[in-house]
Amino acid sequence: MSLRSPLGRIKGLGIAHEGVGHWWAHRLGSLALVPLTIWFVASVVSLAGADYFTMREWMGSPVVAGLLIMLIVACFHHAAISLSVVIEDYVHHEAAKIASLIAVKAVTMVLALIGVLAVLSVLFGN
Amino acid sequence: MSVQNRPLSPHLQVWRPQMTMVLSFGHRATGVALAAGTFLLIYWLVAAASGAEAFETARGLIGSWFGRLFLFGWSLALFYHLCNGIRHLFWDAGIGYELPDANRSGLAVLAGTAILTLATWIAGYAARGAF
Repeated sequence: MSLRSPLGRIKGLGIAHEGVGHWWAHRLGSLALVPLTIWFVASVVSLAGADYFTMREWMGSPVVAGLLIMLIVACFHHAAISLSVVIEDYVHHEAAKIASLIAVKAVTMVLALIGVLAVLSVLFGN
Repeated sequence: MSVQNRPLSPHLQVWRPQMTMVLSFGHRATGVALAAGTFLLIYWLVAAASGAEAFETARGLIGSWFGRLFLFGWSLALFYHLCNGIRHLFWDAGIGYELPDANRSGLAVLAGTAILTLATWIAGYAARGAF
C-alpha cells in the first residue's frame, strides 16, 4: 500500500518534493548535447589553426551563431545540474554544500551568459 | 538503527575493479574535468569577440604544445563522456541492464572513445595540411 496521496503521485512528487523535473531536464539536455557536441567537434577540427578573420566569418553566420548559443546553453545547464549532483553526493558539511551549490549555479550562469554575449557580439559586429 | 550498523557502500580498496564501476567513476571524473574545461571554450569565444590581437594570443596559447596536450586530454574526456552518456541514455530507456550487456557496451564505449579521439586528431592535422 502506498501512503502517497493521489495528487502527489500524479504530480510526480517524491520525498524530494520536486518530482522528476530535474531528472527529466538533465536527460533532455544530454540528448540535445549529443548532436551539438558532434557538430562542434567537427567544426573545431575544420577550424584547426584558423586565423582571426576565418573565425569571425564562421562565428558570424546565423546558423553557426544559433547552434553555438544552443550548445552553450545546453552545456552549462548540463554542467550545473551534474556538478550539483556530484556536490550533493560528496560534500556532507551543510554550509560547504550550500556554498558550493550556489557557486556552481553562479559560475555556470555567468560563463554561459559571457559565451552567448560573445557569440552575439560577433554576429552583430561583423 | 544505530549509525554503526548501517550498510556501507562498497569500499574502493576492497573491491576488484570492474568494468561497470570503473566506467561509472570515469563518467563523473570526465564530466567534472569537462566542466572545468569550459573556461577554455568561453575564453576562445571571448577572444574572437574581443579583436584580432586577443584572438592571436588565444590562438598561440591553444596552439602551443601545452595547449595541444590539454586539447588532447579534453577531446579524450569529451568522447568518453559522449559515448558513455549515450550508454546512460539507453539505460534510462530501460535497455542493456544485464551484466553481460553492460560489460559489452562498456567495451564499445572504450573502443568508440579511442577511435573517435584518434580520428579527430588525424582529421585536425589533415585540415592543417600536415600530411
